Amino acid sequence: MSLLPNTAVLLGKELRTEFRSRELLTTTIVFILIVIVLFSFTFDPTSDESRRFAPGLLWLAFLFASSLMLQPCFLREQHNDTLSALRLSVSDPFAIFLAKLIANTLFLLLTELLLLPLFATMYNVPVLSVLHWLVLVFFLASLGISIAGTALSAISAQARMRELLLPLLMLPLLTPILVASTEVTKALFDRAPYVQWKGIGFLAVFDVVFLTALWLFGEYLLEE
Amino acid sequence: MWKRAMTGAVVLFLVGAAAYASFYIAPEERTMRVIQRIFYFHAASAWAGMTAFSICFVANLLYVWRRDEKWDSLGVSSAEVGLAFITVVLITGPIWARPAWGIYWTWDARLTSTFVLWLLYISYLLLRTLIEEPDRRALLSALFGIFAFIDVPIVFGAIRWWRTQHPAPVIMGGPGSGLEPTMRKVFFFSVLALHALMVFLIAERYRLEKLRTDLELVRREAEAT
Amino acid sequence: MTPPAFAPVGLRFENIDKRYGGLLALRGVSLSIAPGECVVFAGRNGSGKTTLLRIAARLVRPSKGSLSFPGELSKEQAAAIRPGFVAHATMVYDELTAEENLLLFARLQRVPQPEHRVDALLQEVGLSDRRASLVRTFSRGMRQRVAIARALLHEPTILLLDEPATGLDPQGVTWLTEAIRRLRDSGRTILMSLHGESEISSLGTRAIRLDAGSIVADTRTGATFRSILRFADV
Repeated sequence: MSLLPNTAVLLGKELRTEFRSRELLTTTIVFILIVIVLFSFTFDPTSDESRRFAPGLLWLAFLFASSLMLQPCFLREQHNDTLSALRLSVSDPFAIFLAKLIANTLFLLLTELLLLPLFATMYNVPVLSVLHWLVLVFFLASLGISIAGTALSAISAQARMRELLLPLLMLPLLTPILVASTEVTKALFDRAPYVQWKGIGFLAVFDVVFLTALWLFGEYLLEE
Repeated sequence: MWKRAMTGAVVLFLVGAAAYASFYIAPEERTMRVIQRIFYFHAASAWAGMTAFSICFVANLLYVWRRDEKWDSLGVSSAEVGLAFITVVLITGPIWARPAWGIYWTWDARLTSTFVLWLLYISYLLLRTLIEEPDRRALLSALFGIFAFIDVPIVFGAIRWWRTQHPAPVIMGGPGSGLEPTMRKVFFFSVLALHALMVFLIAERYRLEKLRTDLELVRREAEAT
Repeated sequence: MTPPAFAPVGLRFENIDKRYGGLLALRGVSLSIAPGECVVFAGRNGSGKTTLLRIAARLVRPSKGSLSFPGELSKEQAAAIRPGFVAHATMVYDELTAEENLLLFARLQRVPQPEHRVDALLQEVGLSDRRASLVRTFSRGMRQRVAIARALLHEPTILLLDEPATGLDPQGVTWLTEAIRRLRDSGRTILMSLHGESEISSLGTRAIRLDAGSIVADTRTGATFRSILRFADV
C-alpha cells in the first residue's frame, strides 16, 4: 500500500514549495493582523468586553484568513497541469488530498501560533496558563478547516469567480467549527479557566466525519 | 396535461384545507392567541424543506454513482423547492416573533441553524451557475451537495448545544411545549398538505429542468457544427 | 533485436464516446492497438486526438465505452498500468528544480533507486548541467525535455505523446526522434498525435486520421501513410 509513502513525498513537496516562497504564510499572517486591528475599532478593546468578544474575533479572523489561504491549493496545480502529473503518478488519489490537508493544517497552525502572543497582548487575554489546551483547540479546528477547505478548493478551482466562491462554500459549512472553537476558547480565557471537553470532542468528531467523506469521494473531485 | 392540472388542483385544495384547518378548526392557543396559528405553516414548511433536501442528497449520491443526468435534474429541483420552503420558515419566524416578543429576530437556535441551512443551499445553487459545462456542473454540485447535507446535522447540533445556553426567546415555544390533540391533528394534516405541495413542485420543476437541458443540448450541438 | 525485458501491452478502445456538454469530442471510437505498434494520429485541432490520448492515460473518463489493455496480464497488472504521457502542458512544477521535479515523480511512482534513475535521465535529455536550476528559468525546449524525462521515469510499456516536438529546436527534434526510435525498437507501444509529416512521423508503423471525433482513415484498413498525414491540416 503506497498511500502513506506517497503522502509523505507529496507533503514534502508542499512544504518545500511553501517554505521556498513563503507567500501563503506571509499574506495570511498579514491578513489576520489587519482583521484583528480592524476589529479593535468596533468595540472597546481594553475593557471586560474584550474578554467576551476576543475568542469569537480570533476564530472569525482565522476562518476568513483560511478561506483566502486555501484558494491557491488546487488552483496552482492547474498551472502546467501538474495535477494530471500527480494523478498519473500516485496509485491512490487520496494521497494528494491527504498531503495537501496536512500541509494546510500545519500552515494554519503556524500562523495561529505566531499570532497568538500578539493577540493576547492586544486584547489582554491570559494565554500562558492554558497554552497547551489552546494548541489542542487550534490543531483540531485547523484540521477541520483544512479538510473541508482542501476538498472545497478542488471544487472552486473548476468554477468561475473562484476567489469569491471558496469563502462562499467554506464559511457556512464551517459554522460548527466557529461555534465549538469559540466556546472552548472562551472557557479557556475565562477568569477561572476550564477545559470544555464537549467542544473538543465535537471538533474531533467533525474532523473524523469530513475526513471520511473526503476519503470516500475525493477521487471524484479530481475527475475530468 | 390534464393529469397535471388535476394533480395541481388536488394539491391546492389540500393546502387550502390545511390553511382553513389552522385558522378555524384548531383551537386558539392560550398565550400567543391568533398569531400562534402561523406555527402550522412554519413548522410544516420546515419539515417539507428538510424532506426536499433529503431527496436532493439521495439524488446527489445517485448521480455520483450512476452519472445519469436525470439525477442531476432531480437534485437541482429538490434543492430549489427545499430552499423555497426554508425561505417560508425564515419569513414566518419573524412574522410570529414581532407580535409575540416585539422583535423580529431572536437568534433562536433552530432559526439560526435554519439560516445556515439556507446559506448552504444557496451556495449549492450559486455554485451551479458558476460552472458552464453540464457534466462538470452536475458532478461538482452533487459532491458539494453531499458535503453540505452531511454538515446539516452537525450545524444543528452545534448551535443547539451551545446557543441554547444563552437566554433568548425561543420561537414557537420551544421543544418543551406540547400540542393538544386537535392541534396535533391539524399540524400533521399541514405536514401532509405541504409535503404534497413539495412533491408537486419538485415534479414540475423537474419537468422544466428536463426541457431546459434538452434545449441546451440542441443549442450546443448547433453551435458546435 | 533483443527481446523486451517486459511484457508488451496493447490497447483496446471499445465504442468510446466523450461528451463535453453538447459536443461529442469522440463518437463511437473503436480501435485495437497491438503490442509494440507505433501509431501516429493525425487530424485537425479539435478532431479528438488529445481526448483519445487522455482517455488512454486514464486521466479522462469516457462518457460511454471502455478502455482495456489486452495482453498476458493479470487484472492487477492491467489496473496498475501507467502509460508515460507527454502532453501539451509540461506537467512539471516551475518552482522546483529539474532534479527535484524528477525525484518527486520518481519517488511517487516507486521507481527503484530514484536518484540513479533521475541522474541517468537528466543525462539522456541533456540537462545534467541545469539540474539544480528552477524549471521557471528554462526555455520552452528545455521544459519539454524535462517533461519527456518525467514521462520516462518509470520505464513505461506504453507511451502517449501529444505533439511532443512542440517547442523543440531542430536538434531537439532530431534527439527526440532518436529517443522514440529506441523506445519503439525496444518493443514499447507508442501512440503519438502529430500535426503532419515530419522526422517523427516516419517512425510510425501505423497511421490513423481522426475527424470530428471519428476515425476516418487507418493504414490498417488500406489507407496510405502519406495520405493520412499529408491532408492532416486541411
